[in-house]
Amino acid sequence: MNKIIEARFIAPDIKLFRIEAPKIAEKRKPGQFVVVRVDELGERIPLTIADSNAKEGSVTIIVQGVGKTTKHLNMLEAGDYIQDIVGPLGKPSEIENYGVAVSIGGGVGTAIAYPTAKALKEAGNYVIGIIGGRTKEFVILEEEMKQFCDELYPTTDDGSYGYHGFVTHKLQELLDQGRKVDFVLAIGPIPMMKAVADVTRPYGIKTVVSLNPIMVDATGMCGGCRVTVDGKTFFACVDGPEFDAHKVDFENLTKRNRMYLPHERQALDEFICKIELISKKLEKQDA
Amino acid sequence: MPELTNKDRMKIPRHHMPEQEPEVRIKNFNEVNYGYTIQLAQEEAERCIRCKKPVCIDGCPVAVKIPDFIKLIAEGKFKEAADLLKEDNALPAICGRVCPQEDQCEKVCVLAKKGEPVAIGHLERFVADWERETIGYRVPEMKPKTGKKVAIVGGGPAGLSCAKDLIVMGHDVTVFEALHEIGGVLIYGIPEFRLPKEIVRSEVDYLRMLGVEFRTNYVIGLTETVDELMQRYDAVFIGVGAGLPYFLNIPGENLMGVYSANEFLTRVNLMKAYKFPEADTPIMDLRGKDVAVFGGGNTAMDAVRTAIRLGAKRGMIIYRRTEAEMPARIEEIKHAKEEGVEFIFLCAPLEFFGDDDGWVRAVKVQKMELGEPDASGRRKPIPIEGAVDVIPIDAAVIAIGNGSNPIISKTTPDLKVNKWGNIIVDPETMKTSKKGVFAGGDIVTGGATVILAMGAGRKAAKAIDEYLKNTDVW
Ligand SMILES: Cc1cc2nc3c(=O)[nH]c(=O)nc-3n(C[C@H](O)[C@H](O)[C@H](O)COP(=O)(O)OP(=O)(O)OC[C@H]3O[C@@H](n4cnc5c(N)ncnc54)[C@H](O)[C@@H]3O)c2cc1C
Ligand code: SF4
Ligand code: FES
Repeated sequence: MNKIIEARFIAPDIKLFRIEAPKIAEKRKPGQFVVVRVDELGERIPLTIADSNAKEGSVTIIVQGVGKTTKHLNMLEAGDYIQDIVGPLGKPSEIENYGVAVSIGGGVGTAIAYPTAKALKEAGNYVIGIIGGRTKEFVILEEEMKQFCDELYPTTDDGSYGYHGFVTHKLQELLDQGRKVDFVLAIGPIPMMKAVADVTRPYGIKTVVSLNPIMVDATGMCGGCRVTVDGKTFFACVDGPEFDAHKVDFENLTKRNRMYLPHERQALDEFICKIELISKKLEKQDA
Repeated sequence: MPELTNKDRMKIPRHHMPEQEPEVRIKNFNEVNYGYTIQLAQEEAERCIRCKKPVCIDGCPVAVKIPDFIKLIAEGKFKEAADLLKEDNALPAICGRVCPQEDQCEKVCVLAKKGEPVAIGHLERFVADWERETIGYRVPEMKPKTGKKVAIVGGGPAGLSCAKDLIVMGHDVTVFEALHEIGGVLIYGIPEFRLPKEIVRSEVDYLRMLGVEFRTNYVIGLTETVDELMQRYDAVFIGVGAGLPYFLNIPGENLMGVYSANEFLTRVNLMKAYKFPEADTPIMDLRGKDVAVFGGGNTAMDAVRTAIRLGAKRGMIIYRRTEAEMPARIEEIKHAKEEGVEFIFLCAPLEFFGDDDGWVRAVKVQKMELGEPDASGRRKPIPIEGAVDVIPIDAAVIAIGNGSNPIISKTTPDLKVNKWGNIIVDPETMKTSKKGVFAGGDIVTGGATVILAMGAGRKAAKAIDEYLKNTDVW
């Protein structure tokens, strides 16, 4: 059982948690993740470590409530406990001084791009950040990113804030301006990562994406997380999660991630039903 | 009762284990076998002719004193039988259920030459269950505390048996386990219907009662390295198992609906997907579906029988060789057949075909014939040129074995491993190339058996105890 030290929403349905986990805090490197289980019958879900504080013995994760488990997590508050947290898992990001590095985060993907952007800056890169959201409220961690980016471009799909358009449009614009880019890291929804790969491919820019296949153990024991990269099979939990964007088979990943859609919908519906029932009961009690 | 003669004893037919009817059990995950009643156990115990030279003991990897414990059962001295059994076997309730007796103790039983061997496994299970259910586990005589601390990496049978012996010897023991539950394959791999998880949990509770500490969610190599453990502990035992699933490396293997046996079984056993949506982890809906399992070992049988219980219409074992070469326990093959599993022999998968949505829909197989025996002594399957078949399927489970997980070896450079990644040890002491570090179980042998892993854990415990008396010598 691990205690939640801090819990606060940073965007609609997106919550930041600081969780007590001293060993993980001591060890983790940018790009690594943890597996979390909310309760006794909970599933094991991977979440990237956004930040850590070795002194305090805590790790920070940022969770978007999309399915039952993440919505359940997002109902927890400071002082509550989560059943299990294990890590740090996966390979750390390969941080080097590439020169000019562009760090791209789409939606909650910014939470994953952030620690790597920080590490890239510390390694001496000139860091350009592009962080996108559907609308203004979904652009997250802007203040945090600003600290480590030499240039930061927020983008929104609807133009409600920053650059009007997708993160890829902004990237393309920079490239069209003839800006020199040596390295791109892109993290977000699969279509976004694929689009970034398509933008940088003709320029031959080294591009890395962080993949999010369905995982179970996340220690290399089940192979459920396998992804196809350069025609070969890799286990994302131990060989990744970061891979060469130009070689990833995004179509296979998209399909595999849909494997349990009906189950996920059912679980979520039943969860929402249950919560509504409980809150009705509570209302009655109050009355 | 007058003392029976050997002739009388040999006339008694083997007592079959009462079990759930196939039509009933395929609809639930409860244990198939009910276990012997006291009467059945005592009658079966009377079959043992108490050989002067009990070859069955040589057949058992840990040399359980078989005729003696069986005699105690016949005499109704179950407590004494349990004590005797536990001198050699730390996990009898488990081994009685999952040991391949037909290749070990029961294979060499003298009665097997003329008829059926004494049901040694069933009797072992009986005694262990009787003890647990009737008098409960008792605290053995514990040696005074030595003040030495041992870290055990991995909570499978190797780690658990090592932990048990070391705590009794007076050392402090902490088990570090990567998953959220202790038990290794006993928890995540072997299904409930063959080994109820309650039994594994009560074994773990027993160790906890003896003072063993358990740290779950702790991946050695990642959360903490072996070298870091060495700074806090006087010795380390590594029993991390063979937890890296092999795939077939054929086209279409990453389609949806293709699982490794580890994933399939972990979802259902450890994560309890058969209780979805009460448990959060799903498994694909197999009701009315055709499921192919590739392989011929216990893992393959467990997977196909799990698929049947999840409602599969057709559960198939597709195996490269024939029934005679299948490494699975005979009882599992028998149970699988009774449950309607189809066996397709002499076929090797070549390619999976999927539909537009990415779901597996069929498998192309190469027909084989048996040639000369290979290094393992089994006849080698050879492809029959041009003989291929396409079998429609909705899901596939690959159960062709496991390799070793590299997390520990990669993060412990001075730990010697062979080309398959298995840790190299001295077979007598289980000492590795790294001072103070011992290893045993599947990580040393490659995928083997519960009893071998358990035996290795105990051997290591003995050597660790020796080492702790004088840590200057390695
Ligand atoms: C489905 C299946 C059915 C089987 N059926 C039978 C049977 O009927 N009879 C039989 O005798 N044998 C059977 N076996 C084989 C038997 O289960 C194994 O030989 C035995 O469990 C090996 O024990 P072990 O302790 O070496 O490893 P495991 O049981 O594999 O335990 C290793 C443990 O270490 C943990 N671990 C791994 N890496 C780390 C790390 N870095 N840090 C911390 N912990 C770690 C794992 O999570 C696991 O819990 C079966 C195997 C499978 C997969
Ligand atoms: S431990 Fe296994 S091999 Fe040994 S007597 Fe028991 S069942 Fe037979
Ligand atoms: S999640 Fe099981 S091997 Fe990666």
